Amino acid sequence: MGRFRKDGAKKNPKISTASLPDIIFMLLFFFMVTTVMRETTLYVRTQMPSATEIQTLERRSLVSFIYIGPPLQATVFGTEPRIQLYDSFADVEDIAAFIEAERQTTAEAERPLMTTSLKIDRDTRMGIVTDVKQELRKVNALRVNYSTLRGEVSVGGN
Amino acid sequence: MARMSPEINAGSMADIAFLLLIFFLVTTTMDVDTGINRMLPPPIDPNAPEPPPVRERNVFVVLVDAQDRLLVEGEPGSVDRLREQAKHFLLNPDNEPNLPVKETIEIDFIGEFDVSRGVISLQNDRGTSYEMYIAVQNELAAAVRELRDEVSRQYFGRRFSELTNEEHVTAVRRAIPMAISEAEPRDIGGRR
Repeated sequence: MGRFRKDGAKKNPKISTASLPDIIFMLLFFFMVTTVMRETTLYVRTQMPSATEIQTLERRSLVSFIYIGPPLQATVFGTEPRIQLYDSFADVEDIAAFIEAERQTTAEAERPLMTTSLKIDRDTRMGIVTDVKQELRKVNALRVNYSTLRGEVSVGGN
Repeated sequence: MARMSPEINAGSMADIAFLLLIFFLVTTTMDVDTGINRMLPPPIDPNAPEPPPVRERNVFVVLVDAQDRLLVEGEPGSVDRLREQAKHFLLNPDNEPNLPVKETIEIDFIGEFDVSRGVISLQNDRGTSYEMYIAVQNELAAAVRELRDEVSRQYFGRRFSELTNEEHVTAVRRAIPMAISEAEPRDIGGRR
C-alpha cells in the first residue's frame, strides 16, 4: 500500500476567505441592479389615505402615475394642490397628451390593460380630482387605481 | 533577501461588503403599489339618446358635501353605518317595495339566483376631501365584497378572494355585481 500521507501533515489547511468579499459584492450588485429606485422626483406631497378594500397593482410597466397634492416647496409654488406628471408640474389639459405618450410606449395588445394610478394626497379637495377623472374619461383611460395604504379607514377632523 | 510583503488579512472585507449589502436591503423600499381599483364610466356620446331612467327604488344615493357630511338616501348618514346600509339595500332581504327589484336568473355553478338590480350612486362635491371620498368608496366596496363573500361561502365554501376557479369567480361576480356608479360631477358647493 502506498503511503499517501506524510507524517505531520495532519494540520488543517487554512481556508482562504479572500473570495468571500467577491461573493458578497456579487450579491450587493445583484440587489443594486434589481431593486427599482424611485424614477421620479416628487414635487408634491402625496400622503395617501388608508383603506381596507385594496388590491395590489401588478405589471408596473402598464401603470402610469399621476401625482396630485400640495407642492413640497410651499414658499415657491404655494399650497394649492398641483398635478405632477413625470418630473414636472402639469395642468389638467396635459393629461390627454400624457396618456397618449404612455400608450405609445406600450404594445398595442396590452393597451386595454393599462391602468392609471392616482397618487393623491389625503387633504386634496375632490375638485381637481374630478377634473383629472373627467380628462381620463375623455381619452378612454378608464381603469384607475386610487392609490391607498393598507390600514383602517380614518376620517380625520370630522 | 527581498522583503516579504506581509499578507493583508482580507477577512474583514467580507464584513464591509455585508454592511453595504444590509444597508441597501434596508434602504431600498420594494414598495408595492396598492389601491382601490375602479372603472370610470365611459365618456358620454352627446348624440346618444338619453338612457332610460333608472327606477328610483333601484338607486341608493350617497351624497358627500363640501364639509364631508354624508347624505344617504335623503338622510344624514355616517361612514360607520354606510356599509350596513349599502348591504341592506343591495340584498333587500324582506323584499320591501322601496328597495331594489330582484331578478331571478340562471347562473352556472350557482343555479337560480335573485340578482339585485340596485345601483349605488355616489356623488361628491368639488369641496369634498379626498380622504372622505376614499373612506366612502372603501365602505361601498367593502359592502359588495362582504356580499360576495357570503355568496361564495354558501356555494363554494370559501371566501371570494380565495376562489381559485375562474368560472366560480365569474359566477359570484354575476350574482353580486359591483354596482357602484359615480354620478356626473356637479358643482354644488362652489369652487374651492
